[in-house]
Amino acid sequence: MIEIVSESRCIQCNLCVKACPDNVFDAVENGAPVIARKGDCQTCFLCELYCPADALFVSPLRDQDDPRDEAELIASGEMGSFARAMGWKNAKPRGTHTDLTYRMFEERD
Amino acid sequence: MTRKPSDSTDLIADVLVIGGGPAGCWAALSALEAGASVVLVEKGYVGTSGATAAGNSSIIYTASGSVERAKAIEARESRGFGLVDGALVDRVLDEVQFQLDRLAGWGYGFPTIEDGSSYRGSMRGVDYLRFLRQKLIKGGAIILDQSPATELLLYDGVAAGARGISRVGGTPWQVRAGAVVIATGGCAFLSGVIGTRNLTGDGYLMAAEAGARMSGMDFSGQYGICPAGASVTKGIIYFWASFYDEAGNKIDAKGDRQDIVARGRQSGRVFAILDKANERVRSGMRGQANVFMPFDRQGIDPFTERFEVDLLYEGTVRGTGGLLVADDTSTNIAGLYAAGDAASRESMAGATSGGGGPNSSWALATGVWSGANATRFAHSVGAAHATRPAFGLASKGGGQGNDSASVRAAIQQEILPLDRSFFRTGPQLEASAAALETSWTDALALQGNADPATARETLAMAATARWMVASSRQRNETRGIHRRTDLPQSDPAQGRRIISGGLDRVWAQPQTGQAQKAAQ
Repeated sequence: MIEIVSESRCIQCNLCVKACPDNVFDAVENGAPVIARKGDCQTCFLCELYCPADALFVSPLRDQDDPRDEAELIASGEMGSFARAMGWKNAKPRGTHTDLTYRMFEERD
Repeated sequence: MTRKPSDSTDLIADVLVIGGGPAGCWAALSALEAGASVVLVEKGYVGTSGATAAGNSSIIYTASGSVERAKAIEARESRGFGLVDGALVDRVLDEVQFQLDRLAGWGYGFPTIEDGSSYRGSMRGVDYLRFLRQKLIKGGAIILDQSPATELLLYDGVAAGARGISRVGGTPWQVRAGAVVIATGGCAFLSGVIGTRNLTGDGYLMAAEAGARMSGMDFSGQYGICPAGASVTKGIIYFWASFYDEAGNKIDAKGDRQDIVARGRQSGRVFAILDKANERVRSGMRGQANVFMPFDRQGIDPFTERFEVDLLYEGTVRGTGGLLVADDTSTNIAGLYAAGDAASRESMAGATSGGGGPNSSWALATGVWSGANATRFAHSVGAAHATRPAFGLASKGGGQGNDSASVRAAIQQEILPLDRSFFRTGPQLEASAAALETSWTDALALQGNADPATARETLAMAATARWMVASSRQRNETRGIHRRTDLPQSDPAQGRRIISGGLDRVWAQPQTGQAQKAAQ
């Protein structure tokens, strides 16, 4: 589930509020969005793609809290790692054409 | 354009599409191209909501008349356990080829492989849907995000629009339309599978309240393998896995990967290691980056370290059941069409999972067809659709319930466990049928009392569970993903569909020649 909205990185664009498929966030006037309905999070990581500031972190655990240290995640490069792996930049897909998925099908067929 | 969900909304459109995954997006696009005004409503956000957004999907891209096409049709027929319609599969794949070529022409970034050719056999869901969203906005569709539909509107037996409530601010919306496409996906009963939080059978319920029928709800025993505790059920990576039991012994069982894990889970924990994947395959797996989130973010190397796996229920999202549609995607309700996972996919996937290629191909083709056919219907209605006195169909409550969570838990208990839906028996189905009658009554009691969108989701899950169990009780054999441990053989005489329906009184019966004809 979603664990972190980084106050220091957030630019208050509220794209995560808009694009979350499960309406997990609430916008806050003059502040970073808050995680208002964590239990509705489907652990899809897609908010991370729509965050232009790498300010979000989703734990892979779907139904238990997983507190993480933001400074450590930033130091390790895990904040924003999903967007980088998917080739998304500034909340836009830029890596569709670089997808290597086809390599799985060569061997299977 | 997109509307802010806080607007008080009362719209008129030729075609209303409910659900914004690939089927709904293609339906909306096809309706726009046929000259319709279009409103697309989505419970979540068009671009991130649904099963496709949450991963990569294979899609069957083959040239009409080619050897590859013949092989693809043959593969569907041989894996479909007698229920696949090869001619329809051919038409679906024609549509896929045509539309993916157009998508490439519009600038969608299909990968180029080493031999220089464009690879069109896999879609990166979240990129694909964002592309379609932009195309729809440029084309003039009105998109309502975060706007669950709670009831269909009907006028004189004809679908005439829908109503719902915005998740943001709770304001009601209404769209009066000349025709309606249901593209709300399947139902996974909030099992936790990635991409399925919104897939609670809402469209089935709305359509059934108008009198629509279901098909193939017996083919719902579908589960996906996930790393324990995670949401990502991406089965293909386990093609390169070795499985181990709790004591560390390698499981040498034959059968498909889900079967191995399901049987292993009956006696304990199961572990996997992706030790059969070479470097090139590993780089291919990285194409769907969320597969690695459970590993990378927990410090596991899945290629060299064993990790625990589990099965999560995928239901009709990757099974085959859904609304009974004719080949033109029409339901038995005039003006009401169904596309994608919301429709039964027996013609495409038969009695087995249509996960991946078959379902995404089906979603594209039936999306396109439903949008075009809904437009024709809406144009035949003419301007009258804006002024017809349509009325809402939502089931009314009877009682004072407000605890949606406990009603949901009771429904899940009859569907999610492996000994309910992976392994079925006659006595267990009978017991589940009785328990779900209570759940239906309890879910009805929530209507008008609990939060409306939550209450509707719960009612939809109760209705869906009852059709599944009633349909499974009519199939006295094992076929595809309907596994009766007390009847392990397939019976050649039962190679036909099970049709189901009803709300206060649920029914299910084998499809007869006449019913089959009526559905065509």
